[in-house]
Amino acid sequence: MVIDENAVDTAHFGLISIAFAIIPNAGQPLGVLDGIPVAVKDNFNTAGIETTCASNMLRGYISPYNATVVQKLLDQGAVLLGKTNLDEFAMGALGSDTGGSTRNPAAHCGVVGLKPTYGLISRHGLIPLVNSMDVPGILTRCVDDAALMLGSLAGHDPKDSTTVQDKFKPFELPNLTDVSQLSIGIPKEYHAPGLSSEILSLWSKAADLFRNAGAKVVEVSLPHTRYSIVCYHVLCTAEVASNMARFDGLEYGHRSDMNKSTESMYAATRREGFNDVVRGRILSGNYFLLKQNYEKYFIKAQKVRRLIANDFVKVFRSGVDVLLTPTTLSDAAPYMEFIKEDNRTRSAQDDILTQAANMAGLPAITVPTALSERGLPVGLQFIGRSFQEQQLLTVAKWFEKQVQFPVIQLEEVKRHDHSVFQHQKSSSFSYHRTC
Amino acid sequence: MSEFCSCYECENCNYFLDDMEKLYPVNLAPWVPVVGLEVHAQISSNSKLFSGSQVQFAAPPNSLVSFFDASLPGTLPVLNRRCVEAAVMTGLALNCSINKKSLFDRKHYFYADLPAGYQITQQRVPIAVNGSLSYSLCIDNKMSQMVTKTVRIKQIQLEQDSGKSLHDDTRSQTLVDLNRAGVGLMEVVMEPDMCCGEEAAAAVRELQLILQTLGSSQAVMAEGQLRVDANVSVHHPGEPYGVRTELKNINSLRFLAKAVDYEIQRQIEELENGGMILNETRAFDSKLGFMPEPNLPPLILYDAKSLPANMNHQQVINIDWIHERLPDLPSVKREKLVEQYGILPEHSFTLMNEDGLAEFFENVVKQTQMKPKRVIGWILKDLLGYLKEHSLTVKESPVSSYLLADLLNLLEKEEISSTAAKQVLAELWKGEGKTPLEIVKEQKLQLLQDQKELEQICQAVIDRQENEVMAIKAGNRKVLNKLIGLVQRETQGRSSPVLVKQLLEKKLSE
Repeated sequence: MVIDENAVDTAHFGLISIAFAIIPNAGQPLGVLDGIPVAVKDNFNTAGIETTCASNMLRGYISPYNATVVQKLLDQGAVLLGKTNLDEFAMGALGSDTGGSTRNPAAHCGVVGLKPTYGLISRHGLIPLVNSMDVPGILTRCVDDAALMLGSLAGHDPKDSTTVQDKFKPFELPNLTDVSQLSIGIPKEYHAPGLSSEILSLWSKAADLFRNAGAKVVEVSLPHTRYSIVCYHVLCTAEVASNMARFDGLEYGHRSDMNKSTESMYAATRREGFNDVVRGRILSGNYFLLKQNYEKYFIKAQKVRRLIANDFVKVFRSGVDVLLTPTTLSDAAPYMEFIKEDNRTRSAQDDILTQAANMAGLPAITVPTALSERGLPVGLQFIGRSFQEQQLLTVAKWFEKQVQFPVIQLEEVKRHDHSVFQHQKSSSFSYHRTC
Repeated sequence: MSEFCSCYECENCNYFLDDMEKLYPVNLAPWVPVVGLEVHAQISSNSKLFSGSQVQFAAPPNSLVSFFDASLPGTLPVLNRRCVEAAVMTGLALNCSINKKSLFDRKHYFYADLPAGYQITQQRVPIAVNGSLSYSLCIDNKMSQMVTKTVRIKQIQLEQDSGKSLHDDTRSQTLVDLNRAGVGLMEVVMEPDMCCGEEAAAAVRELQLILQTLGSSQAVMAEGQLRVDANVSVHHPGEPYGVRTELKNINSLRFLAKAVDYEIQRQIEELENGGMILNETRAFDSKLGFMPEPNLPPLILYDAKSLPANMNHQQVINIDWIHERLPDLPSVKREKLVEQYGILPEHSFTLMNEDGLAEFFENVVKQTQMKPKRVIGWILKDLLGYLKEHSLTVKESPVSSYLLADLLNLLEKEEISSTAAKQVLAELWKGEGKTPLEIVKEQKLQLLQDQKELEQICQAVIDRQENEVMAIKAGNRKVLNKLIGLVQRETQGRSSPVLVKQLLEKKLSE
C-alpha cells in the first residue's frame, strides 16, 4: 500500500503497523469492520488527534471528541490510519460531500463514491461547510463495501437534530438479474456545456446497457438545473460566512500575536488563519446576508432551491426509479492545466453535475465505469429517491457488474502525460481542487 | 416634593422632579413619553438551551462550558425540552397565542462573549405572540387607591444568553467567562404602552412575580436572571412617535424607574432646547441580517386536537397539557385572598409583593381566632416593618407564623393589651426561643382580670383627681384620657383602655 504523504496529513504509522501485522484473533471481531483500515478526511473531529481542516486556523488543534461517524467506525472495529488532506475547510475534497466532493474525486480516481441522503448519517463532529447540504461521504472499492459502511454509519443521532428519527436497517445488496421492472431516467439538462465527448459517449452506452437488458430508459427534464450553480454559490457562501464566524482565535485554534484590541486581534487572526478562497467566500456570504440584500439573494436562492428539489420530486413521481448522469465533465485534468483556472471558475465547472443532489438532499453514487483515452478513470452517477439507498445501490451494483471496471495501468498513464506526477512536491496546504 | 408629570394621556403617574426642578420649564408644552421594554429572563433549568452543561450562578469561571458552548468546530445544538416548556408556560400565563410552529435563526455579531460569532434566537417566527400583562399601580403613592393597567406583549422568543466579559484596563486585557454562554433566555417584548418609570417598574415587577409563580424563571434581578432594556421616546400629542433611545441591561427595579424618568426628562429638555434625539445603539446591529439556523428543524408543538394518536409522549410537547397544569397566577391569588379573608386589595397586593408573606399570613390566620382583617395589620405593619428595617426576607424572620399566631391569640382573648402585645413582639424579635406566654409572665404584662380591683383603682383615681373630674363633668371629655392614663399607670399598663374608659364613664355619670 502506498501512502502519498501529501494525501495523508496525519499519518498514524503506529496504527498502520497494527493493521498489517498478523494479530492472533483472541476473541470475537468487534464488528463488521473489524480490522479494516480507514482514512478519515481531516474535517472530521478525531479525539486526541490533530484536526485541521487543512487550514492554518486550526493548525495544531487537537480535537477533544470523536465525530459520531468516527466513533461508529471505531466501534465496529475499523482501524484509523490517518487523516486525509483536503482543500482548506473542505472547499473541495474527500470524505464529505457538500457539492460533490466525495463523488467528484471518486470518479477521477476510479473508486465508488456514495453521497447518502441528507439526514441519514450524523454530522456531529463534521466541521461544517454548508450545514444544510453537508453529508459524510463514503469512498470504497466496490458498491458492496459502500453498503457495508453505510450500514455502520447510518441512523438517528440525538446529537444531530437534522438526522431522521426512523430506525435504519442495514441491508445486504441482492444480485439483481432482472432489470425489466426498472425505470431509468436520463435528465437532458445534464448534457452540460463542456461535457467531453468521451463521457457523453459512455453515458449513452450506459443507457443502452440498461435498455438492452430490458429496463425502461426515458429522457426526463429537470428544468431548473441551469440555475443550481448560482443558487448553490449564494447559499454556500452565506452559510460559510456564518460558520466561519466562530474562528476568532479566542477559544481554540490560531490566535494572532496582534493584541492592541480585541477587534484588531480578530482581524489579524482571521487574515492569518484563512486563505484567499475562504476569505473570498466569507466576504461574498456576508454580502448576501446584509439586510438590504437578504431578500434579493438569500431568500431568492432558497426559493430556487425549492424549485430544484421539486424538479426531482416530479420526475420520481412520474415513475422513474433512478436517474443516470455523468459525474464529471471529463477525466482528471493534469496539474498544469488545472491551475490555469481560478477557484471560482474551477468549482463552477467541477460541481455542475453533482451539486443538484446536495441541493435536493438526495442520495447519489458514482460508479467507476471505464478508462479514458488518457488511461484515467471515468465514473457515472446514479441519483435515487430520498432514503432509498437500498434501491440505488442495488442498481449501482448491477451496473458495476456489467462494466467490469479494469485495474488502472499507471505506466500507461505516465507514458501518456509525464507532467501528471510533477506537482507532488509542491502541494502541501494549498488547495488541489475546488468543491 | 412631587409634581404630576406633564404626561398628556396618563393622569395617574407621578413624576418626581426633586432634582429636576431647575429643568422644569416655564412653558408647559405637553409631552407624551412612550416606554417599551425588552425583558430577558433566564430560564430556570438544569442545563442550557442547546447543550447539556449545567446552569448555575457564581460557579468558578469557565467550569460550566461544554464543547458546543465554546463553539468547538463540528458541534451541533440540541434543543432542551424544559426550556421550551418554560416558554410555553410563560406564553400562556401572558395570554399569548402559542405558535405551533416556530423557527430558530442566527443573529451575527462579533464580541468576546459570543464564541460562535452568532446568537441562536427566534427572529422570524417566535414561540409566542400577542399577549397582555396587567399590573397595578398606586395613585398618589398612597396604598389606598390602586389602578390596573395593561401592557401588550408583542412576543416571547427563546434565545441563547451570552458569556460575560470583564475589561481589565490595568493589564490591557479582556477576561472571558463562558459559564453563562448558551443559558436559555426568554425575551419578553412589551409594546410601548407605558408612560413613565413607575409603570415600567410595576410591569416588570408583575412579570417577575408571574415567572416566579410559574417557576419558569427565578427572575432574581441581582443575579442577572432578569435584565431589562428600555426604549424611551417622547412626542407631542397627536404627532408621530419621536426617535427612541435604548437603555440597556438594567438589573434593578429602582434603577429602571429612575433611568427611564431621567431619560424622559433629558429628551424633553433636549427637544425644548431645539436639539435632536440620536439613536446610537441601532447602528451596531443593522449591518448583518439574520440567517435561518440550519441545524435545528422547525419547533413543532401540539395540542389535544393536533396530537397524533401514536406519538410517543416523551417526544412531544402538548400545549393543552401544560395549560391545565398552570398554577394560580399572582392576580388570581390576590383576588382569592381578598375574597377569602375580606382584606383590601392593596393589602393583598403587598402580601403578594413580598416573597412568602402571603403564605405567612395564611398560616397565622389558620392558627388564630383573630379575624383576618385584624391580623393583616400585624402582618403588614409590625412584621413587615421589622423585616424591612433589618433587611430580612420573610423566610429569615426570627418570629415564625406559629409564634405570631400564639401572640395574637393572647390579644384576642384579651389577656393582654394591644400595647403589651407590641412589647412582647419586640421581645420575640430577639429570637431567644421564648414563647409569648413566657414573655408575658416575665414582664408581667397580663391584663388585670379582676374587674373589682380595676373598679377600685378607677374609683381611687376619680377620688384623687377632683379638678379633672370637674372638667369632665363640665363637658370637657378630652380630660377623660388623662384619667385613663393615670389608671394605666397605676396598673402598670395592665388594664384594657377600653374597659377603663367604660368604668370611668359609668362612675362619672353616677
